[in-house]
Amino acid sequence: MKRREFLKRGAIVAAGTAAAAASGVTVVGYAAGEAVKLAVFDQHEGATLLKMARQIFPHDRLNDSYYWKVVEDLDHEAAATPATAKLLHDGVASLDQAQAAKFVTLSPDEQVAVLTKIDTSPFFQKVQSTAIVSLYNNHDVWRQFGYPGASYPFGGYIHHGFNDLNWLPDPSETASPKPARG
Amino acid sequence: MAKYDLKDDSVVVIIGSGAGGGTLANELCQKGFKVVLLEAGKHQSSATFVNDEWPAFKQLAWLDKRTTSGSWRVAKDFPNLPAWTCKTVGGTTTHWAGASLRFQEHEFKASSTYANVSGANLLDWPLTLAELEPYYAKAETKMGVTRTNDIPGLPGNNNFKVMYNGATRVGYQTVHTGRMAINSRPRDDRSACWQLGFCFQGCKSGAKWSTLYTEIPKAQKTGKLDLRAQAQVLQIIHDDSGKVTGVLYADKTGAHNVQRARIVCVAGNSIETARLLLNSHSSRFPDGLANSSGQVGRNYMRHTTGSVYGIFKQPVHMYRGTVMAGYIGDESKLDTKRGFAGGFEFETISLGLPFAAAFLNPGAWGRDYARQLEQFDHMAGMWIVGEDMPQETNRITLHPTEKDQYGLPIPNVHYDDHANDLAMRNYAFKRGADIYNAVGATETIAVPPYPSTHNLGTARMSEKPGDGVCNKWGQTHDIKNLFISDGSQFTTGGGENPTLTIVTLAIRQADYIAAESAKKNM
Repeated sequence: MKRREFLKRGAIVAAGTAAAAASGVTVVGYAAGEAVKLAVFDQHEGATLLKMARQIFPHDRLNDSYYWKVVEDLDHEAAATPATAKLLHDGVASLDQAQAAKFVTLSPDEQVAVLTKIDTSPFFQKVQSTAIVSLYNNHDVWRQFGYPGASYPFGGYIHHGFNDLNWLPDPSETASPKPARG
Repeated sequence: MAKYDLKDDSVVVIIGSGAGGGTLANELCQKGFKVVLLEAGKHQSSATFVNDEWPAFKQLAWLDKRTTSGSWRVAKDFPNLPAWTCKTVGGTTTHWAGASLRFQEHEFKASSTYANVSGANLLDWPLTLAELEPYYAKAETKMGVTRTNDIPGLPGNNNFKVMYNGATRVGYQTVHTGRMAINSRPRDDRSACWQLGFCFQGCKSGAKWSTLYTEIPKAQKTGKLDLRAQAQVLQIIHDDSGKVTGVLYADKTGAHNVQRARIVCVAGNSIETARLLLNSHSSRFPDGLANSSGQVGRNYMRHTTGSVYGIFKQPVHMYRGTVMAGYIGDESKLDTKRGFAGGFEFETISLGLPFAAAFLNPGAWGRDYARQLEQFDHMAGMWIVGEDMPQETNRITLHPTEKDQYGLPIPNVHYDDHANDLAMRNYAFKRGADIYNAVGATETIAVPPYPSTHNLGTARMSEKPGDGVCNKWGQTHDIKNLFISDGSQFTTGGGENPTLTIVTLAIRQADYIAAESAKKNM
């Protein structure tokens, strides 16, 4: 069941993002913090999970709104499953106890050092596995990484650059015949 | 479409509608047999396929829980997903890449050719390449394999250009766009490939052969096929004489039905085929059906796999076009000087961004991994597929406590890498990196195996009944009217993608069933 929920979440994230894009609502709204409505986590927990998600998959080109999406997805999972809520509550507490100062106030290097020590824990793996889908199944992220997604709406790449690489010589025609006509 | 009564004991029941079961169903229907084809999954089509990796995975993949054990890294990375196979009409032919290579002569004689590989349970197949050649030819014609039957090869995409240039620069000779069951020109009422780039998510152009829209509708056209989707077989039933008489299955409402049968053919893909035989134990067969040898579930093979990705200064866009767009054949030969028995191929592979993040280095995180993913559109990829060694202890067993939604034990998949597998993988990782470095890769990434797509050997063919589960026709040694019709019957794995051989064996099995039926031997 866990795997299915994981996948279902992924699909919902993708659908939600597409809907947001279509309705003209910009995801920047999430970056302000209060725009993200968390049912389970308090603001500090949300901010901690945000920093954690960014350190796990740190992309300078992505603003916080994409990482808030990860926090929101974790919040949904926690709301649905009490055991997950406990795992995440306890996990945030353990991050804050790892050093004298709270996790969010640590330098990026210090945060990485804290995470490195717990990266085989169920808490870390929950955040990581949710982040993989939340971040990389986000169509806005696809665009920023040069991945267009489905190609059948424009008829595939047969007439849209499937073989347009020009920094290497073309293979022999025996190895790579020309496309069929028609 | 035919509709047979549950009590009609003149039907042949086939379990599973993929490469083995779907093909066998059509072959038997064409010969006039009444066939009930039971498929656990739902019925999709090119129109309902979703070209988006996670949703497509959810739509097509077999997601029922399984457990894993053993030294293979899959047990750590994907503990409840040992295999990447499909639960849908058409089975894993909806997801396969299309590579269609014949086994080589020596691969049918692995035991005599490789001699004593310590710890391997090698056995020669009870048949030869010469016996299979006419059937390979039929399968290639049926599937429209490129570079056979005067069908031109597919045009190479960007991912292939990188592979081709790198491979030829390091001296490889056999480098081309492969023998693929993907139309390079319109054929069999299906279009030529649109280079969509989603071969693994269900082909929306229909250019790639799948039983879903070739064998199954052709079988339906005969009026002889009764296809029942969302029908999960729970048990194969036998009579006092030990012959099988039918199957118990749950339909989509969960209701249990018994379909009577004169012959039962099992093609559930190696994990489910073995699980079904084991779950069909009875007082007469306490260790499961067709298991007097004790070999059911054993000798599980999954091919020695891995991937190499290269990152380049200039863009590649590997995701454009055919996923398995290129092939290097030079390493498929037998040459133990490389430090291992058996051979392997390199074939291009590509992933979309969602799966690249999940599969490029499972468990990886941090600045370096993020940086690699940021170069997604500058990556080229290739897959390694080679022969792995059968081991008696690599096996499917019934879980002692965990049950599925029908109350039956779920399967555990145990796999330890053999030293030969590791030697082959490490050699291939190095040669793969050489190929990309020869064309200026700034970085290469050796990627551990994905969940198994080639699941083989759990009900293997053998000359002697004590060594395996079925004979050279896939007929079980113990029960005359029970057949194994999928990759489970492979005695050894060979170094080639298995689908063509599965289809070949299914065509041949249909001839045998027809001949034996005519002789009243069943």
